[in-house]
Amino acid sequence: MSNHHNNGARASETEQMAQSQYLKVFVQRDYSEGTVVKFQTRFPPELEGKLDRQIFEGTITRLNSYFAEAEKATCSTYCEGCLACLTAYFIYICKETHYEKCLKKVSKFIAEQNERMYEPRGLKLTDPSMRGLRVLEISCLDRPPNV
Amino acid sequence: MTQGKITRKWEAFPGQNRFYCNGRLMTAPHSGVFLLTVFLITGTSALFFIFDCKYLAENVTVAIPIIGAVLFIFTMSSLLRTSLTDPGIIPRATNEEANYVEKQIEVTNSANSPTYRPPPRTKEVLVKGQTIKLKYCFTCKIFRPPRASHCSLCDNCVDRFDHHCPWVGNCVGRRNYRFFYMFIVSLAFLAVFIFACAIAHLILISKEDSRQFLDAVKESPPSIIVALICFFSVWSILGLAGFHTYLTTSNQTTNEDIKGSFTSKRGQESFNPYSQGNVCSNCFHILCGPLTPSLIDRRGLLTESYMAELARPITTEPVLPMKPYPIQNMNGPTHITMNANEMPGIYRQTTETTESNAGSVTHLVSSEQPLAIASTVHQMSLAQQQQYKSQPSLNLGRAHHAHHHHYHNVTSSSASAAGGSSPPPPPRVHKSQSLADNLNSEDLHLDAVVLGQQNKFVGSSRLDNDMTVQDRENSLLSANRLRLLQDTTMIESALDLDSLDDSSLGTNSQNGLMKVMV
Ligand SMILES: [Zn+2]
Ligand SMILES: [Zn+2]
Repeated sequence: MSNHHNNGARASETEQMAQSQYLKVFVQRDYSEGTVVKFQTRFPPELEGKLDRQIFEGTITRLNSYFAEAEKATCSTYCEGCLACLTAYFIYICKETHYEKCLKKVSKFIAEQNERMYEPRGLKLTDPSMRGLRVLEISCLDRPPNV
Repeated sequence: MTQGKITRKWEAFPGQNRFYCNGRLMTAPHSGVFLLTVFLITGTSALFFIFDCKYLAENVTVAIPIIGAVLFIFTMSSLLRTSLTDPGIIPRATNEEANYVEKQIEVTNSANSPTYRPPPRTKEVLVKGQTIKLKYCFTCKIFRPPRASHCSLCDNCVDRFDHHCPWVGNCVGRRNYRFFYMFIVSLAFLAVFIFACAIAHLILISKEDSRQFLDAVKESPPSIIVALICFFSVWSILGLAGFHTYLTTSNQTTNEDIKGSFTSKRGQESFNPYSQGNVCSNCFHILCGPLTPSLIDRRGLLTESYMAELARPITTEPVLPMKPYPIQNMNGPTHITMNANEMPGIYRQTTETTESNAGSVTHLVSSEQPLAIASTVHQMSLAQQQQYKSQPSLNLGRAHHAHHHHYHNVTSSSASAAGGSSPPPPPRVHKSQSLADNLNSEDLHLDAVVLGQQNKFVGSSRLDNDMTVQDRENSLLSANRLRLLQDTTMIESALDLDSLDDSSLGTNSQNGLMKVMV
């Protein structure tokens, strides 16, 4: 095996790999409160000048509250779980879970935010459930990928 | 699939899973043992319903077949749900995300020193005040979220990974742990119930005509077969149910329990940051809490853009041959590329910087000191090597280099020799010229310790060097616990120990696949 792998090769590889159409910024998860889905509210420096901090923080806070609601341990979610268990989990075949409903709300919220806030500024949010709830992807539609 | 035209996302799924019913059902690649489980449960239950139930319903009560049927349906339903649904697979990163993460870790890197260093592959986050190390998964191109682990059999990162259970033919993770637990518990009840009924049947027969017990056995041989099967299996099932009850009440995973993630080590206080506080809320949260939907959208329509996101360029990263595990040949495909030209490229974390954001302090390990000098490493630990070899169980289970932090002192001389400028020159090796011949600058980029079969000697010494006395004690303890667990439960599991975390390094993570046999 001859793997010629030095700095030059690595750099060109990175360039080659970044053949996306737009610059994309990824907001990472915040694990400080456990494994509950929560995104970092730190403002990504790449968006400086394109987006108000308040708008960004508002979006993230709303998003986090949706996920907090989805994973909150309330009486109704526990009842749902117990009921599913009592029906030998057959209920999951026909009934939508609380979490799924919340994810739908998130999708709706993202679409609405895109329409009202982000698309006029040349930005676009991607539904985090498309990315495994791991990151919030923000695409800059008017910027090439290379910075 | 048959039309030769890809339409759904599951058909392009990058893991090793198998899909059925157009993506509605999914399971792990090798389902032989799972079919055995299904056969054993249905076979035993069928014998019980045909031969024992009829007699007992007529002579005792009709409640017996009803209870039996309810238990059987519940058990099978939980079993099928465990094995045929998504265990909580974390989708792999898109190219852009992977590049972004790569850039981020390289930025923190270059800010610190003018020389090029390989970006760090671990990241520390604070979870409720407890430091948790996130490891980078080279297959999925993500920093694994807390509690997630990469299953080497299925080739996916699984959230809240418990273990890969061949008996149910799937990983057990966040999404199917409750099904798995209910399966184990209901199976324990079912086994006890069938055993009791079969014995009762035999006793009633023998009492009826006041005959010997053996005559009753002769009259109804299926009953004794059923009773024997149940008798021998019930102990391991009860053991497993007890173990998982303990795990559930303490909100731990098998993986964390065996690694001893939350036991205090080296005088550092440690607690489980994921616990809900008390036994009851832990149980409720795990067994009845909100169920995360599957995140892999396997029934979604496959679009051009999705394909573009998925398609990875041919990576020029070196394919890393894995450390030779002694038991590797025991299972499945092992594509071990042993290479005499490759030498251990070892580097250690030396310093850490703190970058704080949004409440969570993220410690990015900012520089790793390349230490591609095998000879130095090997000299240091000849004595320890002997000691290590006397613990063969460690060799298979704990060949890890998890605790990096302790070594900058010992290796500072070699580190200064190796820490060149950018691009890194071939490291200067003073002592062992033959080893140095094999070194080239590429080694400094290697993210893992690369060991060929030929370098077993060096490899074992490295292992020693990596393990402090406490680590060794811990790993011995872990090995013992693992053995105990397997002796008592007869479960064959591919647990993701630290050593296995490295298995996801290569492009083919089956390289490091390790199964611990019963
Ligand atoms: Zn992975
Ligand atoms: Zn698995």
